[in-house]
Amino acid sequence: MTTPTRNNRIATIDGNEATAYIAYRVNEVCAIYPITPSSTMAELADEWAAKGIPNIWGNVPEVIEMQSEAGAAGTVHGALQTGALTTTFTASQGLMLMLPNMYKIAGELTPAVFHVAARSLAAQALSIFGDHNDVMAARTTGFALLASASVQEAHDMALICQAATLRARIPFLHFFDGFRTSHEVSKITLLSDEQVRAMIDDELVYAHRHRSLNPDRPVIRGTAQNPDVYFQARETVNPYYLQLPAIVAETMDRFSTLTGRRYQLLEYHGAPAAERIVILMGSGAQTAIETCKHLAGLGEKVGVILVRLYRPLSMQHLLHALPATVRKIAVLDRSKEPGATGEPLYQDLTATLMEAFSEGRIPALPKVVGGRYGLSSKEFTPAMAKAVFDALKQETPKNHFTIGIRDDLTHSSLNYDPDFELQDETMTQALFFGLGADGTVSANKNSIKIIGENTPLYAQGYFVYDSKKSGAKTVSHLRFGEKPILAPYLIKEADFIACHQYNFIEKEHILAHARVGACFLLNSPYGPETIWNELPRPVQQDILDKRIQLFVIDASKVARESGMGNRINTIMQTCFFALSNVLPRDEAINQIKKAIEKTYAKKGQAVIAQNFRAVDAALANLHPVDIPDQANSRKEIPPAVAADAPQFVREVTAMMMQGKGDELPVSMLPADGTYPSGTTKWEKRNIADEVPVWEPDICIQCGNCSFVCPHSVIRAKFYHGTRLAGAPAEFPSAPINAKGFPETRYSLQVYVEDCTGCTLCVEACPAVSLTEPGKKAINMHSKASVLERAQQHIDFFMQLPVNDRTRIDFSLVRGAQFLEPLFEFSGACAGCGETPYLRLLSQLFGDRLIVANATGCSSIYGGNLPTTPWTTNAQGQGPAWSNSLFEDNAEFGLGMRITVDKHAAIARDLLEKLRPALGDELVDGILHAPQQLESEISRQRERVGLLKVKLLQMTGPDASSLLSVADTLVQRSIWLVGGDGWAYDIGAGGLDHVLASGKNVNVLVLDTEVYSNTGGQMSKATPTAATAKFAAAGKQVGKKDLAMQAISYGNVYVAQIAMGANPQQTLLAMREAEAYPGPSLVLAYSHCIAHGINMAKGLDQQKLAAASGHWPLIRYNPALRQAGKNPFILDSPRPTIKLKDYAYNELRYRILAQSKPDEAAHLLKLAQEIVNLRWKTYEDMASWQSQDFQPIA
Amino acid sequence: MKDLTSTYMGLRLRSPIVVSACPLSEQVDNIVQMEDVGAGAAVLFSLFEEQLRQEMAAYESVLDATSNTFAEALDYFPGLEDYHVGPDQYLEIIRQAKARVDIPIIASLNGITDAGWIDYAQQMETAGADGIELNVFYIPADLALTGTEVEARYLDIVSRIKTSVSVPVAIKLNPYFSAMGNMARRLADAGADGLVLFNRFYQPDFDIRALKVLSNLEYSHVNEIRLPLLWISVLYGKTHASLAATTGVQSATEAIKYLLAGADAVMTASSLYQHGINHLATITQGMEEWMEMLDFQSVSQFKGVMSQQNTIDPSAFERANYIRILGGRK
Repeated sequence: MTTPTRNNRIATIDGNEATAYIAYRVNEVCAIYPITPSSTMAELADEWAAKGIPNIWGNVPEVIEMQSEAGAAGTVHGALQTGALTTTFTASQGLMLMLPNMYKIAGELTPAVFHVAARSLAAQALSIFGDHNDVMAARTTGFALLASASVQEAHDMALICQAATLRARIPFLHFFDGFRTSHEVSKITLLSDEQVRAMIDDELVYAHRHRSLNPDRPVIRGTAQNPDVYFQARETVNPYYLQLPAIVAETMDRFSTLTGRRYQLLEYHGAPAAERIVILMGSGAQTAIETCKHLAGLGEKVGVILVRLYRPLSMQHLLHALPATVRKIAVLDRSKEPGATGEPLYQDLTATLMEAFSEGRIPALPKVVGGRYGLSSKEFTPAMAKAVFDALKQETPKNHFTIGIRDDLTHSSLNYDPDFELQDETMTQALFFGLGADGTVSANKNSIKIIGENTPLYAQGYFVYDSKKSGAKTVSHLRFGEKPILAPYLIKEADFIACHQYNFIEKEHILAHARVGACFLLNSPYGPETIWNELPRPVQQDILDKRIQLFVIDASKVARESGMGNRINTIMQTCFFALSNVLPRDEAINQIKKAIEKTYAKKGQAVIAQNFRAVDAALANLHPVDIPDQANSRKEIPPAVAADAPQFVREVTAMMMQGKGDELPVSMLPADGTYPSGTTKWEKRNIADEVPVWEPDICIQCGNCSFVCPHSVIRAKFYHGTRLAGAPAEFPSAPINAKGFPETRYSLQVYVEDCTGCTLCVEACPAVSLTEPGKKAINMHSKASVLERAQQHIDFFMQLPVNDRTRIDFSLVRGAQFLEPLFEFSGACAGCGETPYLRLLSQLFGDRLIVANATGCSSIYGGNLPTTPWTTNAQGQGPAWSNSLFEDNAEFGLGMRITVDKHAAIARDLLEKLRPALGDELVDGILHAPQQLESEISRQRERVGLLKVKLLQMTGPDASSLLSVADTLVQRSIWLVGGDGWAYDIGAGGLDHVLASGKNVNVLVLDTEVYSNTGGQMSKATPTAATAKFAAAGKQVGKKDLAMQAISYGNVYVAQIAMGANPQQTLLAMREAEAYPGPSLVLAYSHCIAHGINMAKGLDQQKLAAASGHWPLIRYNPALRQAGKNPFILDSPRPTIKLKDYAYNELRYRILAQSKPDEAAHLLKLAQEIVNLRWKTYEDMASWQSQDFQPIA
Repeated sequence: MKDLTSTYMGLRLRSPIVVSACPLSEQVDNIVQMEDVGAGAAVLFSLFEEQLRQEMAAYESVLDATSNTFAEALDYFPGLEDYHVGPDQYLEIIRQAKARVDIPIIASLNGITDAGWIDYAQQMETAGADGIELNVFYIPADLALTGTEVEARYLDIVSRIKTSVSVPVAIKLNPYFSAMGNMARRLADAGADGLVLFNRFYQPDFDIRALKVLSNLEYSHVNEIRLPLLWISVLYGKTHASLAATTGVQSATEAIKYLLAGADAVMTASSLYQHGINHLATITQGMEEWMEMLDFQSVSQFKGVMSQQNTIDPSAFERANYIRILGGRK
């Protein structure tokens, strides 16, 4: 992170930081809400404010996190109205929530700049990646829209926008491409304080303040207007918009004088007498410009107009930029507007050109076509840009085309030559394949800093992450060169490839990305003499065909031996520097060591020496490999999925799993975003080195291990002993631990290929060996030693019948283990604290469950492609799941409930109507069926099945109608699932309303006490004394008691649960919540990586959370109130430990204790008092009489 | 007014009653209170190099698991630039204590590597520690390790640190050397300015229900003073290093016994946990009352009078004493 200072001229930072650096310094207030990929801008502003870093006027900006983007926009509006220079940072759905205020802010001619990391909008699916759909949705607000095409531009335009808005009084939406620019790390020249200062005219700031609301000179703003004047009043702003382009151009000129960096509103690049040009904005313009230069160099008459100021679009500047020789234009939009006559930039440009022609300002109209590219960060490469130029050679170029995909449905796509590349021999391109948790990306960011900030070389880094949160693969794309790097696309062919995890080489074609003669560094347990024979054949062949130089190092061994534990990143980074020739070797090593000294200066010489040893050991253990003349391996890279996978999984899902999703044509994808359930089971990720192994002789069959398993990899079945006939060797089995069933056997099976190795099962196991202290009934073992046998065991185990739900005692954890999970193998973090609750939900009610899932962690591991975890039972029944948005989940789920109730009512009416044909017995059986017990639901399913058979034989609209809604006669279980960010903050209003509706919905809040998915921002669930982003100095305010809020309605079932503290209470609460016929709210304590804990100890922390009184286990059951009993049950015993004994096991609390011990002590004391007070309140309530609680209608 | 002053490792103590290394000194306010109620000096809680390393490893493990692992969340924790797993906090306590109290502040260090011992000792000195107590908390569980090698390790640590810092250095010992007296002398010769007798070793217990090893440590008991009492008596006058007694000091009685044996300083921690920091005043008062009763005006008057060299029957500290005790039990 940079710290704004006066003389820090060169920096290697990403687009978010480059933007925030300026925005922070030229504003007084930042009102924000986290959303990917813009969150970093707000977080940096908050961190700078926390450190007391001033803006250019010497005051520290006020940064406030709001409950939603709508809230942030309202706050921005209010702050602007009262005269503060105010900004915000957002993207995508966040921008959508700001739209109403944006109309107001623009309508009132208020200077402000919103900085947007442009991102896709949720349509057929959510996407966190970049395109312009969000900003295009804001184009009617009256904001000026100005695009940046690079990290340097984002930095510079942030200032230009601020200077221009103050002068023009029109607010700006400054945007750049999400991820491609917001997350690209690039070497840029920072603006100095003096330059920033020189660009901002204080008189304009005073003018802004003078226009503010002030009771000393009061005005009324925000009136309601009528048909008589509204229209005219709308037209009053025209002069401001007419003069805006000139103001921006003049501001850019002043900027150029100050900095030497020249920008234009619409900037032409290319051949002076171009005939074919492309017009576009954002980072893709860089690609188009570089490609154009190449083609122009070959004599082609091509050009590019880069659009910076999109709204208002200046005809004058467009015509100035447009060569008179142009005959054909392709306008590229990074957005899609279904049903429109074209995308927004295309429409605006065609209209402008037509207008210019109509007014006689141009003699003839060029042919103009529009195309779409780069949606959701789809690559836009020189090959694609060339294809667009080439397409313009046609006499009638294709219009409304797409580029970068294969559209075999409506044939919109242009063909392109994927092998076309822009060559730059002076540039080094490097690819690194690592795991999220192995520090590869962090080390590469460090390398870029080392080179970018200590040498004259330019550097660029872009990082691609897996869609999974556990065992995720990262690919780092690094470029270094003597010239500025203008290549906003991924590396196709690298000079250097490093594979930091050996098993990757066995799974995918990493060397497909290698250039001829490339250097390949492999972290390998095999030495230089033996590695060749271990490589898969395709890898050997690539090495031979491309004359690749292979180097190996056993980085894990070097790390262990040099005292670095399992941290390999410094070692692999050293090898990169030693091999890549980006810098002379000695200088490179010297720079690494200087960086180590800087990083660990405060940790003492011992730590520095240890890292130095690792560097030296890396060099000593890096070995070149002699390459034989021919491939000799029989190992092949295995198929992504098993041959018996469903067709869609084999043809579509498997492609995505292999990183070949870009190759899928349009026709292969569902048109409405509907995908098959249960696809994670086909993705054997094999990410754990160690997996649990069951010991039948020690096991007491309590079910705790499977109950806590976050990934549903531990399954239990009981079965008749005769079923063991034909079992594979050593298939583990034990007599069931229950009297009266001498022939019944019990087996616990670990699905080792799906396990993440989190060890929660081992932690939860209460059974220990009497002869081998320390050995439990489930213990971790090397997977390599058990894999083959386990695969056979799993195959056999899956053939054993799933236990009949009607024969299982749901009321005990011990019984719940036999319920089939219908949520399995999710991509959640290893040891996730949320997913065990979802697995339990799926076990208890999965076959009749509908889930409305708020956006957040649970929607990502629950619904992020390629594979999803919600699955079906053998009958094809299972959870039906959907994610709408972040803010609307309660309402979304309520809608589901209303539909189910409505359709059930229709069905009941039709049953009565069709009684004569269906018969009294069936109709009465269905209408009066109790559906509380599993056996009762099972019988109702049979009756409804029979009904559907009869209906199929009947004719008439009533029969058809009843057939279409008959399924709803089996009771549905509607669950609204989400995190605390949703329930406590952005969705709080909706949740409150839904709970107050009295409808039979069940709400499960997976409470991690922080925004986990977006990186640990404070929510109103964050407890006092904990740090979080936007609470760097420790949360001062107490955690909202959502349970008590809901209890105040009287008719809401409320439970607060923590599986690690009391699994039985968890089970009981979930079942009671579902059984209660009104609204239910279950708050589930979910340990999280955002707490800064060893996730293997997550259950212990849950115990301590309850034991300290931080998380009392409670149930409030309105049914008890109706029965004349006290509905409030305190399931926790009195606190037995102090809050600090729980809290200080977590980094989120310890950060403050380390950095500001006095403040930490003060807040902890406060937090303890809050805990004490709340406990006393709960304890009092637990002793009240029924009539002390609100009566229920 | 009795003269309670004593000299320990060249440090002038207003009282020989010293607070031994314990977590009470984690709060600077407690150190101020210790001074207020009469402590002669305070040995701070121990800085454990191993613990720092473990904390750093745990911290880095958390960071690895949370940094740059997922596109939406490149990190999770704010303010990490100010978060340093290292000796900073310990050093800050030294600095704050030195700013607020006049009694000597002795830092306590338990290292595991040569670089760690020296690095941290130097940082403690720089932070203002008046002395350093080496807490060699070391179990030679490796059966290949000989007694000579173990002894060499202790001597090596002392001599290395003595050449690295200029403040006085004490070493806290365990009593299990074959030739304790000789070892004490060699440590003094290696440069130790003080010998602290004795370290209470890690003595695990078992939970027979859960079949687990328990590692809790109980408060020291008055009965435990006998072994240190013996060795202070034996060593008094025979080494140029100062002697400090620790273990079992619950009241003035044990403190007086240690001083009679020849201790320059008497350390206590368990009693302060059980009775509060103000208990230091009770011990001091009890000592003064005893001095009044026996008409001692200063500590120096009675220090070491019961040591082996000053006892009429020195054999009382040797085997004959043992035989007599056995005989007395018959």
